[in-house]
Amino acid sequence: MNPKYKSIETKYREQRESFFRGLNNLDRRSFLKVSAAAMGAAAASGVVSCPSFQSVTVAGQDSASQRNTPFRFAYISDSHLYEKKINDRFARALLRAVEDINSLDPQPDFVFYGGDLAQLGQASELDFGAQILKEVKAPIKMMVGEHDWYLDMGEKWRELFGKPTYSWDHKGVHLITLNSVVEEDFWTARGMSSMERMMTVAGLDNGVQSPFSVGEPQREWLKNDLADYSDDTPIIVFSHSPLYKLYKKWNFWTDDAEDVQATLKRFKSVVVIHGHTHQLLTNRIGNIHFHGMLSTAWPWPYAPEGMPELTIEMNRPDPFNPNDGCGDGEVQVYADGLVDKVYNLWNRKQITLSKAYMISWGSKGVPPRPNRPSY
Amino acid sequence: MRKISTVAHVRFVMLCAVCALMAVMLMSCRDEAEVTTCDGTGKAMVAEDATGQELADSLMAQWKRDHPDADWVEQEKERHELKPPADNSALLKGGQSEGHIYGQPTERDILLWGRETEKFVVEGSRIFHSADLLGSTVAVSCDMCHPHASNTHPETYPKFQTQLGRVVLLRDMIHWCIEQPVRGKHLEPDDPAMRALEAYIMAQRSGTPMNYGKH
Repeated sequence: MNPKYKSIETKYREQRESFFRGLNNLDRRSFLKVSAAAMGAAAASGVVSCPSFQSVTVAGQDSASQRNTPFRFAYISDSHLYEKKINDRFARALLRAVEDINSLDPQPDFVFYGGDLAQLGQASELDFGAQILKEVKAPIKMMVGEHDWYLDMGEKWRELFGKPTYSWDHKGVHLITLNSVVEEDFWTARGMSSMERMMTVAGLDNGVQSPFSVGEPQREWLKNDLADYSDDTPIIVFSHSPLYKLYKKWNFWTDDAEDVQATLKRFKSVVVIHGHTHQLLTNRIGNIHFHGMLSTAWPWPYAPEGMPELTIEMNRPDPFNPNDGCGDGEVQVYADGLVDKVYNLWNRKQITLSKAYMISWGSKGVPPRPNRPSY
Repeated sequence: MRKISTVAHVRFVMLCAVCALMAVMLMSCRDEAEVTTCDGTGKAMVAEDATGQELADSLMAQWKRDHPDADWVEQEKERHELKPPADNSALLKGGQSEGHIYGQPTERDILLWGRETEKFVVEGSRIFHSADLLGSTVAVSCDMCHPHASNTHPETYPKFQTQLGRVVLLRDMIHWCIEQPVRGKHLEPDDPAMRALEAYIMAQRSGTPMNYGKH
């Protein structure tokens, strides 16, 4: 065959091969080159490359020791990586997010990873993800998602990233990461293999699995963890699933959400940041403000019922653009612990859900509304 | 696609039972006898003095062991919730049915229509949810962007698809998705898998008014 005339498919395969070859020697020096190539390929396939999001100037950045100082962190979530050599699109997307975050100036205080780094919880997928995330310049905090967990019940994830439940203090704010994707055993009675269990959980619309929950042991841990903090300590909680009940059939849901909310009720300022839903999603229940994170891999449609009033849906994504509706983002934390939540959509203008919007129950600082709603 | 339906299999196994019974009757000196089922692949041990029903049951049980996914329709429905087909039981009522052949379906007819229609759609659900059945080279299946076939809006076709610059049908978009994000095997418009996918997507939007041309 004349190599001058290659089919689109052949060209794609060659591009994918060379991308994967580049990943084999991924280190700090070659990282920029590989990720630039990833961006280049995205641009070549008709994707409009948008500039990295503008940095937000934060007052008092250098007085880190002072209590209740505003700060900013960035997030990446739901990359759903397969092992190398299978799916280059999801890998390119995560590289793009890392590139976005690394080019922030000034750098965020830390980067939060929102779970579902892997698609099927395989060691090769998690290793691959860890290898890419190693390139993040700022300190990184990890959260687990159901796709990371249900092949080996978190064994590999814990080996790579440590405990899934932990807390820390940062500039006067108390931050907590939970594992909210605990499912009741549906697999033993059915005699499922670990991979069958994983595949079941990996299907968003698979009705065989159980609802997500935080579970009794973690709820107890949370109570103890918060016991020494006064009511005016700002609290930020990270959970993979939304810590409320939105749509059970897709596990946009936490079964014991009310119990967790009750524990958080006494605090004046509580923000919950969650993954799993792959979309702009906003809610407020009493004192608790909820914000979703974008996925780097693909956007989910909105739930067909039960949408929270404060949610302004994002325009229905363009199926012809693999990056549309995907992205990363950042969170500006104010001294009182409330936040501006920035959705850095790769193919669109970024959208900010401001603290003012949340405080005013949606009457002030309203972000632009969609003209193409989800079906 | 499964070419032999479960109903056909049941009939087949019952026929086997009759064959086996005759075989056992000939072998009177043993307590148990091994019989080969009529498909030439399955083997079962049957009691020498088994009655016809017992024999049929044991052969059916053996066939089920040999075919663990025989209940694939029920299994798939449990995994992925499906909107049921329309209820046609009202057709059993009405005074004009006598003397009007098309106008007098039986309960059995109605059961058959429902089951066969649902099976067609369930096959679509199976393919929709499987990167393997779609032949994806990047391990992507339809449900990864369209849980319960949401955001597929079959009721809006035909419409002008801006990105393609022409008017398309739902089938064209299924085709586009299989070729692009799924990177799966090419399906002709009349391929059984394409027909099943189309059936599943349309079935999931049951009750939505048709609204062609809507963006």
